[in-house]
Amino acid sequence: MLSNNVYIIGAGETKYGELWDKSLRNLAVEAGLKAIENAGIYSKDIDAIYGANGLAGTINEQENIGALIADFSGLSNEGIPSIRVEASTASGGAALREAYLSIKSGEYNVVVVGGVEKMTDIHGSDIIEKMSSILDREWEAFYGATPAAMAAIIARKYMHDFNVEKEALAMVPVNDHLNASKNLNAQYHNKLTLKQAMDAIPVAEPLNLMDCSPVSDGAAAVVLASEEYMKRNKKEGIKIIGSAIAQDYLSVGSRDSIYTLKSTKLAAEKAFRRANVKRDDISFVELHDSFSIYALLELEDLGFVEKGKAKELVYDEIKTGGRIPVNPSGGLKAKGDPYGAVGVGQVVEAYLQLNEKAGERQIKNAKYALLHNMAGTGTSSVIHILEGY
Amino acid sequence: MTELSRIWRETEYRYNLIGYKCKNCNRTYFPPRDICPYCHRESIGKMEKFKLSGNGEITSYSIVHESSSAFKRQVPYVMALIKLNEGPVITAQIVDCDPDNVEIGKKVHMAFRKIREDGTNGIIEYGYKFKLA
Ligand SMILES: [Zn+2]
Repeated sequence: MLSNNVYIIGAGETKYGELWDKSLRNLAVEAGLKAIENAGIYSKDIDAIYGANGLAGTINEQENIGALIADFSGLSNEGIPSIRVEASTASGGAALREAYLSIKSGEYNVVVVGGVEKMTDIHGSDIIEKMSSILDREWEAFYGATPAAMAAIIARKYMHDFNVEKEALAMVPVNDHLNASKNLNAQYHNKLTLKQAMDAIPVAEPLNLMDCSPVSDGAAAVVLASEEYMKRNKKEGIKIIGSAIAQDYLSVGSRDSIYTLKSTKLAAEKAFRRANVKRDDISFVELHDSFSIYALLELEDLGFVEKGKAKELVYDEIKTGGRIPVNPSGGLKAKGDPYGAVGVGQVVEAYLQLNEKAGERQIKNAKYALLHNMAGTGTSSVIHILEGY
Repeated sequence: MTELSRIWRETEYRYNLIGYKCKNCNRTYFPPRDICPYCHRESIGKMEKFKLSGNGEITSYSIVHESSSAFKRQVPYVMALIKLNEGPVITAQIVDCDPDNVEIGKKVHMAFRKIREDGTNGIIEYGYKFKLA
């Protein structure tokens, strides 16, 4: 009898950045076609499409994203089901999980997961207004809170209670930029010195511009396949061995501890149990570091180090070659942060790494990848653990 | 443009700092919620309006330099989490002081202020901010 394992058989992404010549649909189609071509499948093979997107309704005034993606990918004649998955900035991870479950259930054999966000058509305070809709609009954003402000409030309390210097936070963008300098698809390729990271202009104190992910356009896509498909086509692929999602309160103030990402903690416990691997087995992690502080909290709540102790990892251990390499892709700060695409883009990075095709930024002997995609201030976390072959 | 009803329906809570109390476990909540996350269905019909004192202390704060459009004229401003004496933690601005005097743990109390302007021709919205006590 066949198991119902789920494999990743293809991946593709656009460049991330300010892509003035590309529309929402251009981006989605470009990534989708790259993934399909990479997987070596044809439109007749596709059972369903799950498209992740966070804010097209508010930014681009375009809803009905499932139909948009399928139509402009040339898949409307076949009537292939295509739906949008929205879980704020964790939409990508959530779409991956829905696609994974659809194959696990036995319903589908080949599913395309895409993620897209087109954010740079709006600028300055107007895009901050739209991005603040990921918070509680009536009881946080209404009073002037922004995603950066909430991260900054968390950061100040964390630094205060655990005696952590701002420098520890600044090591996160330094590492992201170093890694992104080796990733052609990344938004930024410049290396960042610690001094530059410390001296940038304030956004929401104690966080400055280098603590915050940029506004980005981009899309990513992967193709998932069932065990049955793999056997029939004599294919090998990256296996999804753990998948979990968990929630927390919408407002930061409603949580018992503002610097504990409970959704991350719960999802990590479930994903590790399911994958049956240990923290030490993980070759690298892709973290949702939309703000530098979150990388520290995530390392703790994923179980790599005790609460308050991430400062022991961020100077050396998160580098390529360290104990737990973080964001070989460049992460949200330097690869970029196109909301709905992020979680799928993490899979693209893992796909390259686990296939030993990551070029200059290849992690040696990469066997297990942990991908952490988070919504808003930690309202949902989606975790996937992948195994190479 | 925001319809008046969207603002009007929250006015009571925003102007008077009215939260809810679960009569099943006595926990207090702000903002208002219809179900107690500890008592679940046991709290149905037992959530009652509860006037908060407006006194509390600063859990943490940020000085915001990059804001959304409705707050452009207020930057830099202090955004904080405030633990109210009755228990709930509220997200609000701290005003009428030098941001350098704001500290974690300092006592604050509620003040009634203009919150935001909805565009140049839009509605001016009011509600709570906090001042150092
Ligand atoms: Zn209760």
